[in-house]
This record gives sequence, structure tokens and C-alpha cells, in this order.
Amino acid sequence: MSSATFLGMPPFPEAAEHAVRDARTRHNLHKATHTIRGKRDAVVGELGDDWARLRAEGEAVKTHTLRHLDHYLERLEESVQRAGGTVHWAADAAEANAIVTRLVRRTGETEVVKVKSMATQEIELNNALEAAGITAYETDLAELIVQLGEDLPSHILVPAIHLGRSQIREIFLDKMAEWGVPAPADLTDDPRALAEAARVHLRELFLRSKVAVSGANFAVADSGTLVVLESEGNGRMCLTLPETLISVVGIEKIVPTWSDLEVFLQLLPRSSTGERMNPYTSTWTGVTPGDGPQDFHLVLLDNGRTDVLADTVGRQALRCIRCSACLNICPVYERTGGHAYGSVYPGPIGAILTPQLHGMSSEVDRALPYASSLCGACYDVCPVAIDIPEVLVHLREQVASAPGHMGEKAMMAGAEAVFGSSTALDAAQRAAGLVGGAIPKHLPGTAGKWTDTRDLPEIPRGSFRQWWNEREEDR
Amino acid sequence: MGGSRERVLARVRAALADVPADEPVERPSEHPYADAHSEGDTLEVLADRLLDYKALVERVTEADLPGRIAAALDRRGAGRVAVPPGLPQAWLAESSVERVGDTAEAPLSAADLDATDGVVTACAVAIAETGTLVLDARPDQGRRALTLVPDYHLCVVRAGQVVDGVPQAVRRLDPGRPLTWISGPSATSDIELNRVEGVHGPRTLEVLLVEPDT
Repeated sequence: MSSATFLGMPPFPEAAEHAVRDARTRHNLHKATHTIRGKRDAVVGELGDDWARLRAEGEAVKTHTLRHLDHYLERLEESVQRAGGTVHWAADAAEANAIVTRLVRRTGETEVVKVKSMATQEIELNNALEAAGITAYETDLAELIVQLGEDLPSHILVPAIHLGRSQIREIFLDKMAEWGVPAPADLTDDPRALAEAARVHLRELFLRSKVAVSGANFAVADSGTLVVLESEGNGRMCLTLPETLISVVGIEKIVPTWSDLEVFLQLLPRSSTGERMNPYTSTWTGVTPGDGPQDFHLVLLDNGRTDVLADTVGRQALRCIRCSACLNICPVYERTGGHAYGSVYPGPIGAILTPQLHGMSSEVDRALPYASSLCGACYDVCPVAIDIPEVLVHLREQVASAPGHMGEKAMMAGAEAVFGSSTALDAAQRAAGLVGGAIPKHLPGTAGKWTDTRDLPEIPRGSFRQWWNEREEDR
Repeated sequence: MGGSRERVLARVRAALADVPADEPVERPSEHPYADAHSEGDTLEVLADRLLDYKALVERVTEADLPGRIAAALDRRGAGRVAVPPGLPQAWLAESSVERVGDTAEAPLSAADLDATDGVVTACAVAIAETGTLVLDARPDQGRRALTLVPDYHLCVVRAGQVVDGVPQAVRRLDPGRPLTWISGPSATSDIELNRVEGVHGPRTLEVLLVEPDT
């Protein structure tokens, strides 16, 4: 029942070469990403011109917050404490894991239920708890699938996106009994039956659990309110029924005021699951007597975020609200899947966030800025307008200027691995040509050396998505 | 952990060395976006969006409400329903269902709630264009667990509680209260990214939209 880890995975070109040969995974990814693109386009389109205004405001709020992050962190701390919560600060993953372990031990419990959280994935909290004799139960359906299958997450929103319904059925039949209530022997691969099996499997656990661990989508500085968006109700179970709640939250998750949620509660669900609103959103402020956990801890996590913040070009990656739209639109991600990126943050956002969080210390990290065709679709769909191509080129420049760089070689290996088939390469080249508006032809400063020797084609009118949809309709 | 607090804050300040010292830390919000996007009758839009999530929806009048609540509980076959402490007494006046009260003095356990057939509550705010009900845990809604553990949630929404768009709802709500935003029955998109209704939260959400008597 051990948790898997990304440690020791090969760099992107090697991993990608392997991944694109996996026909079943590619089929699953194609199906899922194309489903979600259609849903997202429809609900974003409903807002008409206002989407662009919401996007600009989301960008502005996040950019402003990051530029005064010290101020807002102190304000958040004060607000949470005033509302009866306890605030902890963790400089790195080891410290965050130690804080959570200590808090769980203090309750005397040996099991915790978890709400899906990227921050706790990033710090590999489950492994740390396991080493301390504490079992962490993932309760989000996709996280549960990954945990039962001893697999790795491959997507930010839907970590089991690489698996189809029949594979999920097999995992449930094989593994649920090891962790608790077994799957029914006659389980089918009907998604409704699979959801029902998850409900039955986790029901008693929810009702008995005393400690929960969560992340948060947003933390509101002026009110001290934490916000979790979810679908299944597993989040509500964890946030409401236990006595102790520990929330591990990256320091970039802050928004200044309650009214900023007017923007983000529109941007996130529409961009993420392609819904007008996700089924459940919970907000809580410290402790409410008689309602929900009476012992609440907020762990503020740095773990490399301040290094990202120090890079004036790269810091925009910290605006990310983890919607996954950039993964779902990315021609590279669609072909390689998430595992090839060797990180809990896969896809375009992972390609700029992971190397910055890690400081490009390994070959895996140095290869990631090349895991892209720079087509720009990720920027187009980003609800907080992160210019991912700009940061990718910026990071490539850093890799290339380092002693003994392998940049060009790494890129070529990546391109060959991903776009080995002529159809795929053709598609990517057309994509690059058509959406070039997002790509600066010449970059300022030393990065200019990279762009000066490379020509970009002229950019016709029309967005990537328009082109993509026309292409899909013609198929 | 005082050491880490200072360490993280010092790193943040060092990272922001490029930000001019006189840049204002407050950002006046100009709300350059719309309050709402949907066109048409607010209650009709809300009903349409709720149905889209596979919630059950009925439009009722104030005078009819007790009868329609009784009928809904009958249809559901509910024998015992959880009742928040401040639910208007008239609402259940025409129903013979057994009421399982939840009060601050004698709160129901999670197991107690699990043994009920459903729960009847009011709401605080509803958002038409997203089909969202927001509960703020006041006495006519009860604490959060009440609308979570039972498998059936019957929610009464009054016309005056319905706003058109998300920004209007955010402005009406008090962040100091625990809030639950509900958009349809529990669901998941985790299997092949298609929405399937019915996971851990109530699998059936029924909404009675109350219009003033004419």
C-alpha cells in the first residue's frame, strides 16, 4: 500500500518516447481532453466579452497580490488567528510534513482523510505520514483510483485521466478490499456504478474520521476565509465532519479580499471542469462553534515559491489557479500524458512551474522547458493569462546559458519523441503558425539570442481554438 | 515555528526587491466585469440551470408551500427527515413525516444523520445563471453536516433570495459564516471527464422555488 513517487523518473524526452507508444493511454487522453475542451468552450462562450474582462481582472488581482505578498501573508495570518485558527509556516516540504505529522500525532489518531490537494502531493505528505505510522486516505475519486492502483497522478484536476473506465473497474475490484470496504463482485464499468462503489467504499470512513487534511483553492487575506471547490462531496465530508482540520496551502493562493471571489468563482469552474459552477464549494473562516472542526490549522507552504517569485519573468507562474485548461488544450500533453513530465505538475504549467520550484537542479527539470512546441494554446486558454510560452523561452535561455548546456539537444530529443508521426508534427507546426500571436518574435535581453536565430511564420487572424474546432469538425 | 515565519517573509521581501517601495498595497476594486450574464426571467433561468444539473425543481406559491413540501416528501418515500432548529414550523405543517431535530444542545451525530431519509432546509442566496444555492448555516438551514450526510436534500428558495450572477451573491454573503455553495446533486467528472451525478453528498437535490402569492 505504499505511495508511488516521481523521484528517479527519466527526463522528458526519454519518458515521452516511451509514453507516446502507449496506445491505450493516448486513446484515453484524447477522449478525455477533447470532451473537456468542448465543455469549456461552451461555458466560456456563454459569458461573451465578459470572459476577457474577468480574465484581465483575475490576472490583475493575482499580480497585485504577488507584488505585495508579505503584506497579504501577514494579513491572512492575523485574520485566521482572529477567527480561532492556528497558523504555521513551512519553509520547505520536510518542515510542512513534520508540522502535519506532529499535529496528527497530537490527536492520537492514526488515520486521516484527505481532500484532493496539489500542495500535499507536491510535498509527498502521504509518504511522510506513512513513515510515521499514519494512514492517509485519499477521498477524491481520481485520487482514490491513483492511490489504490499505486499509480502516479497524471493531471492536475483529474489525476487518473490516463485511465479509462474498464481500467478503473479492475483497480476497484483488485484493491478496494485492501483499504476497506471491497467493491461489489458484479461491479460493471458504468461510470455510475464506479461512483457508487466509491461512495460505499468511503462512507463509513467519512463518518468515523477525526482528522482531515486539505489544501485550498483560495485564501482570503482580509477575512481569513479558505475556499475549496470540489464536485463529489468528499471535500465537504472532510471539511465538516472531523474534529481537526489541517489545511496545507501554498503562499501564492492568497487573494486580498472576499470580493475578489466574484472573479475567481467564475473563472475557475468554467475553465476547469467546463461547468457553470462546480457542484460544491465550501468556504470557512477559522472555527465556527458547533459547526465543523473545532481545531483548525493552516500550514503556509513556501517550498520553492519564493524562488519563483524572485524571477520577474517567471513569477507569473504563481498566478496559476490549477484549472488544468492548459493541459487539456496542449498537443504535447495529449500525446505524452502527464507522467512523462516527472512531476505532480504536468503539462504546460508544470513545464514552467516545476523547474522553477526545483531550481533546475536536475536533468529532469532542465528538460522540461523544452517539453513544448511553443504553439501558444496554453496562454490562450489560461484564465489568469499566464504567458507560458514567454516563460518557457525565458527558462530555455537559462538552461542554454548554464555551463555545459544540453538545451538544443534536449529539445530535439523531445520533439522527435512527441512528434514522431508525420500527422502529429504537421498538426503541431500548423498550430505554431496559427497562434503565434502569443509568442514574441524577439525577446529582450539575452533571451533575444534564442529568438534572433529562429524565424516564426507570419500570424494569420483567428484564434487557436477556432482553428482547432474547425479542424475537429472536418474530421 | 517562529523561525520559519521570519525566514519565509524575509525570502518574500528579498524576492520582491524590484517592486517600488511606494507602490500602494491596497488595490481599489473597480469591478470591470458584468454583475450577471443571463438574459430572461431570473427564476426561469435558475430553474433551467438546476434542471441542467439533474436537480428536481418545482415552482410553488407561498400558500401552497406546506402542501408541496408534504407531497415532495411523500413522493420520496421519506419517513424520517432531519430538521434544522429554525425551520419555519408552517413548512412541515401538512406532512406526517417524523422530524429529527438538530439543535445546539443536542446535535445529531453523523450516524444519526446517516439514518435519516433526507433533510429540509431554507437557503441564504441562490444564483440564477449558475444554478447555485448558497447555504450560510443560519438556523433555518442548520449546520453544514445536515445537508451533507442525508441522501436527499429538499431546499426551499424564496424569490427574493435569487440573484442573477455570481458577483451579486458574493456581495450578499458574510464570509464570517461557513458557506456551502451547492450546484446540483453531488457529481464527479473524474471518469473520462464526463459528469456523473451521485457520489458522496446528497444524490438527490430537490428545489422548491417560492413565488409570492398574487
